[in-house]
Amino acid sequence: MSIWEYANPKKFMQTSAWALPWAVGLTVIVLVVGLLWGFFFTPDDYKQGSTVKIIYLHVPSAMMAINAWGMMLVTSLIWIIRRHHVSALAAKAAAPVGLTFTLIALVTGALWGQPMWGTWWAWDPRLTSFLILTLFYFGYMALWAAIEDPDTAADLTSILCLVGSVFALLSRYAVNFWNQGLHQGASLSMDKEENVADVFWLPLLVCIAGFILLFVTMVLLRTRTEIRARRLKALLARERVA
Amino acid sequence: MPELGKYAFAVLGSYAATAVLVAALVGLTLWQSARMKRALAEVEARQGKSDA
Repeated sequence: MSIWEYANPKKFMQTSAWALPWAVGLTVIVLVVGLLWGFFFTPDDYKQGSTVKIIYLHVPSAMMAINAWGMMLVTSLIWIIRRHHVSALAAKAAAPVGLTFTLIALVTGALWGQPMWGTWWAWDPRLTSFLILTLFYFGYMALWAAIEDPDTAADLTSILCLVGSVFALLSRYAVNFWNQGLHQGASLSMDKEENVADVFWLPLLVCIAGFILLFVTMVLLRTRTEIRARRLKALLARERVA
Repeated sequence: MPELGKYAFAVLGSYAATAVLVAALVGLTLWQSARMKRALAEVEARQGKSDA
C-alpha cells in the first residue's frame, strides 16, 4: 500500500472519517491533562514567578506555528511536483490553523514579555521574523481567496509558501543566527543545561503533544470541508452545463 | 486556584486569549464543515449522487 493512495479524495475521506473521532478524543484528553498539570500542579519559577505557566501555551503554539508552515511547505511541494489535489487542499486547510497558533504565540509572548522584559514588543530578530511569518499566513489565505481557478490558486500559493518558508526558518533559528535581541534560546534542548527543569519539561511535553493533536484534528476536519467544497463546485458546474 | 501574585493578569490573560482564539478556530471550522456538508448533500440529493 502506497502513501499516495491517500491523495485520492475518496480514500482520504474514508480514512479521515475513521481517524477523526479518535483524533478529537485524544486531543481533548491530552490538552486538558497537559494544561491542568501545567497550570495547577507546577511550582513558580525562581526568576519568572508564576509567568512560567505561560510556557505551556507559548512554546507549543510558537512551535506549531512554524511546524504548520513546514507541513504546508511539504504539501505544497507535493502539489507542485505530483499535482495531487488533496495535498494542495491540505495546505489550504492548515493555514488558518497555523495562523491561530501564530496569534496565540504573539499574544502570550507579549503578555509574558511585559512583566519580564518590561515591554510588550521588541524588534528582536526572532520576534520580527515571526511577525513577518504572521503576515505571510494572512497573505497566503488572501491569495487563495482572491483567485477563482483552484489550480492556479494552488500553484501561486505554493510558490508563496516556498518564499514564506525562509521566515518560518528564521523564526526558529534567528536566535542562533544573530545571537542578539531579547528572546532567549530554545526552551527544549538535548543540552541539559539549556533545557527547562524537569518539573516544567514534562507537562510542557504533554502540552506540545496536545497542540500537535489539535493541529492534526483541525487540519483533517478542514481538509474534508475543502474536498467537499471542491466536489460541490464540480457538481454545480456540471448542473449548469446540463 | 494557584497563587499568581502580581503576574495574575499576564497568566490569566494568556489562558483567556488562547481559549478565545482556539474556540474561534474550532467554532469556525465546525460551522464551515456543517454548512458545506449540508450544501453538498442537497446538491447530491438533487442530482442523485452519493457522498464523496
